[in-house]
Amino acid sequence: MAQLICQDLTLGYDGHEILSGLSFEVDAGEYLCIVGENGSGKSTLMKTILGLQSPMRGKVTTGDGLRRSEIGYLPQQTVVQRDFPASVWEIVLSGCQGRQGLRPFYTKEDKALARENIRKMGLEALTKRCYRELSGGQQQRVLLARALCATQKILLLDEPVSGLDPKVTAEMYGLIDTLNKRDGITVIMISHDLDAAMRYATHILHIGSTVFFGSKADYLRSDAASSFRKEDETA
Amino acid sequence: MTEMIQKLTLYLQYPFVQYALIVGVLIALCSSLLGITLVLKRFSFIGDGLSHVAFGAMAIAAVFRLTNDMPLMLAITILSAILLLRSGQKAKIKGDAAVAMISVGALAVGYLLMNRFSKSSNISGDVCSTLFGSTSILTLRKSEVWLCVVLSILVLVVFILFYNKIFAVTFDEDFARATGTRANLYNLLLAVIIAVIIVLAMNLVGSLLISALVIFPALSAMRLFKSFRSVTVCAAVYSVLTAALGILVSVVADTPVGSTIVAIEIAAFVVCWAAGAIKGGVRK
Ligand SMILES: Nc1ncnc2c1ncn2[C@@H]1O[C@H](COP(=O)(O)OP(=O)(O)OP(=O)(O)O)[C@@H](O)[C@H]1O
Ligand SMILES: [Mg+2]
Repeated sequence: MAQLICQDLTLGYDGHEILSGLSFEVDAGEYLCIVGENGSGKSTLMKTILGLQSPMRGKVTTGDGLRRSEIGYLPQQTVVQRDFPASVWEIVLSGCQGRQGLRPFYTKEDKALARENIRKMGLEALTKRCYRELSGGQQQRVLLARALCATQKILLLDEPVSGLDPKVTAEMYGLIDTLNKRDGITVIMISHDLDAAMRYATHILHIGSTVFFGSKADYLRSDAASSFRKEDETA
Repeated sequence: MTEMIQKLTLYLQYPFVQYALIVGVLIALCSSLLGITLVLKRFSFIGDGLSHVAFGAMAIAAVFRLTNDMPLMLAITILSAILLLRSGQKAKIKGDAAVAMISVGALAVGYLLMNRFSKSSNISGDVCSTLFGSTSILTLRKSEVWLCVVLSILVLVVFILFYNKIFAVTFDEDFARATGTRANLYNLLLAVIIAVIIVLAMNLVGSLLISALVIFPALSAMRLFKSFRSVTVCAAVYSVLTAALGILVSVVADTPVGSTIVAIEIAAFVVCWAAGAIKGGVRK
């Protein structure tokens, strides 16, 4: 049974379709990369999977013991305001909020989990620091730690490396890869970086004028890949 | 100096001054706590908008000659708060514009109604005191004080119990919603609390100056501190101190309560801003 099943999805805003007839499945432990041009609807798809907006047609279901609230999420652009006073600790801990229900305060286990994820992301020294004073790469790691507090099973990452320098980008990919390989967390990542997608992903979903879903090997042989590559070169 | 202190100790024995202090401090405390969320959610002016709505509701109550206008004011203000905060996400008219629209609309209609239907001989005096806060905080009845105390404590308890959820929803609503936090519910809760505070605060500073109670503590605390918790604590302390000081000064110097409190908040903000700048400078 797949962890995430999208059936015949049609996505759009205000009655205006962006993407239609999209179906795919993701099994536990897979690493799916979503690629496609700007504005092709990648972020919209992710928001639909998360239930932040409803599809115009079709449905998203979860299986394999995954609950809808157990999906960790790293947004494309954090709309976090520039002057928001929040420490790294407060932000990471807030990842546990989804499970709290009406319980007002975090438990010892929540705090231990937050500490554990801060360690995993190598943020121990920054725990007390203010989020807005961190570098872009550090901020992304904080948000990743928060996402890990929300899930042990599946992570949705929307362009996690945009705006990062090559070295930090490589570190970030490394971290995500470890989470996938060692901790067995399913990863669904939106990326414009086709090379990285080829290197780490097990499956590719290409959306845009041509839609492709399948394993990495099949993708390399498909038309979608060659057309995307060409656009890459001309751009 | 000793004369002032004597005067102050004398005044402090009067129940009306004690009432004013209790009510003023509680209201200031509540508005500062909620103020942080409002400022961070870019809803600084919702206080302004809602207080004008409350003013309009008061005018309607006057038209119908209701003796107790509190329930009507509460109901209409809560309703508007829910509409405004909800419109933040979806509406065609953006949050700040919607607030501005409702704000001036309610003010105009409220004044129109008061002017047309009020039986009072001193309309402009009445209007002035509802807008700028009158000496009415010094003429509080015991029942009003009790209502105020009970509602404020309720607000405080709710804030503490929902502190972590308020943080999650304020910091990143999308993430909170995606991972199973019932963001809509907490937004609704926030709207209701804010409306209650606004109606309470109308007595203290009047509807034009409420924004000051909401905005200044949060902005001042954000100059000095960098985590949500420390900002919250600092804003609470700041608002309690400035409100108490403002009321005492206004009693002794016989100045309007609302304006005095706001003037002191401005002064304190400048101090915090300077302190923040020095602190930041030193660290660099
Ligand atoms: N809130 C919205 N209301 C209406 N239309 C929107 C909204 N958000 C996005 N769109 C439109 O939907 C389309 C897909 O947007 P989306 O953000 O999903 O693209 P994307 O694939 O993530 O692009 P990028 O690579 O730039 O992140 C775009 O044409 C965009 O203009
Ligand atoms: Mg996007």
